[in-house]
Amino acid sequence: MTTTDGPRPATAAPSRLAAHGVTLAYDHRVVAEELTIAIPDNSFTVIIGPNGCGKSTLLRALARLLRPAAGSVLLDGAAIASLPTRQVARTVGLLPQSPTAPDGITVAELVACGRHPHQGLLRRWSEADERATAEAMAATGVAALAERAVDELSGGQRQRVWAAMALAQETPLLLLDEPTTYLDIAHQVEFLDLCARLHEEQGRTLVAVLHDLNQAARYADHLIVLHEGEVAAAGPPGEVVTAELVTEVFGLPCVIIECPETGGPLIVPRARDRIGGSDRLPVGVRLPVGVQSSAV
Amino acid sequence: MSGVGTVEVGDLRSPRQRSRTGPRGRRRARTGTVCLALALTAVAAAVFALGSGDYHIAATDVIKALTGGGDAGDRLVVRELRLPRVATALAAGAALALAGAISQSMVRNPLGSPDMLGFTQGASTGALVVVVVAGGGSAALAGGAVVGGAAAGILIFALARHGGMHGNRLVMVGIGVTAILTGVNSYLLTKAQLTDAARAMLWLTGSLDGRGWNDAAPVLVGLALATPAAALGLSRSLRMLELGDDAAHALGVRTAGTRILALTCTVLLSALAAAAAGPVAFVALTAPQLARRLTRAPGPNLLPSALLGSALLVVSDWLAQHAVPGRQVPAGVVTGLFGGCYLIWLLAVGQDRRRT
Repeated sequence: MTTTDGPRPATAAPSRLAAHGVTLAYDHRVVAEELTIAIPDNSFTVIIGPNGCGKSTLLRALARLLRPAAGSVLLDGAAIASLPTRQVARTVGLLPQSPTAPDGITVAELVACGRHPHQGLLRRWSEADERATAEAMAATGVAALAERAVDELSGGQRQRVWAAMALAQETPLLLLDEPTTYLDIAHQVEFLDLCARLHEEQGRTLVAVLHDLNQAARYADHLIVLHEGEVAAAGPPGEVVTAELVTEVFGLPCVIIECPETGGPLIVPRARDRIGGSDRLPVGVRLPVGVQSSAV
Repeated sequence: MSGVGTVEVGDLRSPRQRSRTGPRGRRRARTGTVCLALALTAVAAAVFALGSGDYHIAATDVIKALTGGGDAGDRLVVRELRLPRVATALAAGAALALAGAISQSMVRNPLGSPDMLGFTQGASTGALVVVVVAGGGSAALAGGAVVGGAAAGILIFALARHGGMHGNRLVMVGIGVTAILTGVNSYLLTKAQLTDAARAMLWLTGSLDGRGWNDAAPVLVGLALATPAAALGLSRSLRMLELGDDAAHALGVRTAGTRILALTCTVLLSALAAAAAGPVAFVALTAPQLARRLTRAPGPNLLPSALLGSALLVVSDWLAQHAVPGRQVPAGVVTGLFGGCYLIWLLAVGQDRRRT
């Protein structure tokens, strides 16, 4: 698949969540126009693209945090903006990019917040709430931390706790906004492995915005590649990720090889002196203090 | 402070009990104990305040007089002369603390109390306009305070609304409006007659001197209206809002609606409290923070804050009357001293925590 002009037709796969001809804008700065995408049911969809392509904005619109300037986001065929807030919160969950844990809140208390859309003025804590939080904490491996304060935990643990909160919400769809941004490489893989397991074992539809192309290709079964506010490609990573696409969308000359671990596509950027052009520093350029010339 | 470095007692409840109350069950038990202790403190302080003065009455006689028995003279002194002042202190303290707890939780900032956000300054401007321009009595002054507080609230709301009304934006707009209104207030004081200016200054410091039932009634009605609204409509939503706007929204909280209701409650409560007792300093700022430290529970802690505010203002008013023999000072001086010391202590403790 390559760049498409204008809105793409809806994919054949059944889809509960879709954006139909949406124009996304902050104040009057338009990020994307006439964007049409569909999230296939039970998929692990990853939205990817270079900085400023509108991928986080699109996720915010899907999570109904941003109202599209035109077009609409559809949930089960109805405009998401017209649905009751609580009903949406029982169907679509979100792990925000930078959530804040109140001072002194414990892991169990934070995870219990995920039950908010299932509770009401009169209907408070129930057996179902107890079971959902226990399962969410077990699935994310934070049950042993239940009584610990969230602000004492490491970054990786904290992200798993937030994931547990989103899981306790028991929504068939779960959106993740750059969930690995503040984690080191080992915790990034750990967290994405967790997402993959949840997707396989619980059959939830996951939609994540990721920065790392290789991680996206490794974990997604459906990729949506955005470029300057338009869908450049969408489909399984094996079909979508090509050297031409990466060069065109990311401006990164690369070769695609088979990943020795997963058999999926692995993007390897071309070495600088293999591309041609200026691979040496011009005469007289000084390196910043502390940078070895061999590292440049 | 909360939870950090403290030894937590294990969860002693049976699984069945636990499943009925959820993970906040143990918190609730502690919060309940704290509320009971604070309520008893407020009542004890009130009884003590009702008994003390030039004509001393023992605590048992105060209770007898309150319940309709005892000596006729005691009844007159306790119920007619001293109770209005103490009731005003209890109600204004609770209203200020509740307003502070709601607004601090809403803007996710311990400095986000009505005195910092400009509502209290607005109430002061309203009262000063009445004193200087219209020269009205105490009822008109209180009315001016309510109108001024509400006007400042609407102005701050309108200015902060554009751009999503986020916590920090509200604080910045509030600081700006406070600065402007402080200037206006100073100008109004220079324009006032000397006697009016003296009366206005006493009110501005926050004083409970000579308060009658007509002063206590509006704030009591305001409390009766706002407390259920806050407890039922706001408490849970505010707890979710403390997770950040995006997370709260995803959990099904109407963030804009919650903010509007929270702001309305804050403006109403702080303006009514100011109308009754003047813009008493620091109660709205410190009471919710102290309550949080006592309950060690996250969230707005509305009820413990209100009870602590009541106790704080009654004790401060008693100290203002009796701490220096023969010299009465306005209650606002005592709460100001107390609040200032608290802020300095908070900074010192905060730095210790960061170092460890």
